[in-house]
Amino acid sequence: MNKTIRVSIFTLIGAFMLAIMPLPEWAVEFRPDWVTLVLVYWAMALPTKIGVTIAWLCGLLLDVSYGTLMGQHAVGMVLVIYVIHLQHQRLRVASLLQQAIVIFFLLFIKQLLELWVDGMLGRAPDSWFYFMPTITSTLLWPWIYLILRDLRRKFSVEKHYQY
Amino acid sequence: MQTLFIRGPSATFRMIVLVMASIVLMTVDHRWHSLEMVRGTLSGVVYPLQYTIDLPIRLYYWADEVFTSQRTLLEKNREYEARHLENRVQLQKLDIIEKENERLRRLLGAIPKTTERLLIAEIINVDVDPYRQLILLNKGSGSDVYQGQPIIDAQGVMGQVVHVGPMSSTAMLITDASHAIPVQVNRTGLRAIAYGTGKIDKLKLRYLPHNVDIETGDLLITSGLGGVFPPNFPVAIVSKVERPGGEPFATVEALPHAQLDTSREVLLVWRNEPEPEPVQDETGQAATDQASKEPPETGEEDLKTEKPSTRGTDNNE
Repeated sequence: MNKTIRVSIFTLIGAFMLAIMPLPEWAVEFRPDWVTLVLVYWAMALPTKIGVTIAWLCGLLLDVSYGTLMGQHAVGMVLVIYVIHLQHQRLRVASLLQQAIVIFFLLFIKQLLELWVDGMLGRAPDSWFYFMPTITSTLLWPWIYLILRDLRRKFSVEKHYQY
Repeated sequence: MQTLFIRGPSATFRMIVLVMASIVLMTVDHRWHSLEMVRGTLSGVVYPLQYTIDLPIRLYYWADEVFTSQRTLLEKNREYEARHLENRVQLQKLDIIEKENERLRRLLGAIPKTTERLLIAEIINVDVDPYRQLILLNKGSGSDVYQGQPIIDAQGVMGQVVHVGPMSSTAMLITDASHAIPVQVNRTGLRAIAYGTGKIDKLKLRYLPHNVDIETGDLLITSGLGGVFPPNFPVAIVSKVERPGGEPFATVEALPHAQLDTSREVLLVWRNEPEPEPVQDETGQAATDQASKEPPETGEEDLKTEKPSTRGTDNNE
């Protein structure tokens, strides 16, 4: 189990780096919400370890590095991970398409929340591309799910042999 | 569901607490800006990751420097030397003018002009919020960077520091939609406020009446009002003036003078408080006076030293 935790931390760090990696001008608006996607997977796979508290901390770190208000990303992340947490047993056995649909709606709500906060501050972006990350994230979900599942299995299987 | 939590509060309880905490954090951060300590500490946690992301780009520049041919270097060196000479000649004049200005100001009994101390900071190449114009710099509170500190480049004003971490800081460019900078038209002395638009190549001067004397090509400089930016730094050049009938104000747009999207190095500016009387005391006063005058005279070499003022004092003793 310890090893799986380590894998989850490494993948989260990887997601974080992807989230702040410089992209060309045209691609910036399409950047998927890497951290949330990886968190969603681990909240499904390890519900006792990765929960809302970790999600909140990740959100705060993201806020700090993006220069947004403290808590702006965190609040959405907590809500997304909370719903995943409640439904993780159902989501685990759902098909990839069904999972993707759930994630689409959750991420959409998360973005709406962020837009709402930006709107209250009077700096809401006026472009429809604002919701692009939700779409790219949803499209990427199956791959993220498969990659992370393989990673997790690989490391927990090794552990199994050691016993 | 219950069995998952052998101890500790339930997920629902934690969710509610964390959501409330986020809302409180957002409110406090927005209204009172009193979370800079927390933000600074957390940015120290994030900095290694940001540094790692920037590393390949840094390596690229480094390799680029290492593998340049000697000929190119020589050429560059010659070019710089020529430019250096040119600048020195102009600086001589400037120096004399500055002295004269100081003398005249003293005659008038006006406040002595403030001097500036500069430090080079590099932009760390990571993406921040795509809908805002923020940059990350590799100098933080360890180098005495403070919130609200102006940053400039060789061409003009770039923006100001908004968050300070131990080793890094975040700066807002003058073109950010929530940024405004008090400016002055160099030709006429007209004062205005240049608002950011969210686009990297456009500033807006709002609330100027139709009959105002402003033309395309006018240089806008900082007026020094507001106390954040030092006066007399170039900000932008007026690119469009329209006086639409039926609207109360003229539409004035300007193009930032600094290279906001291409420069990799920026200068952090500290304003030295003006000394009341330069020749008052033999030891302390004279030393700081000399130190504060040092940067404009020796140029590039001095920019790289972290604290010219302390070094100056050491030399004097």
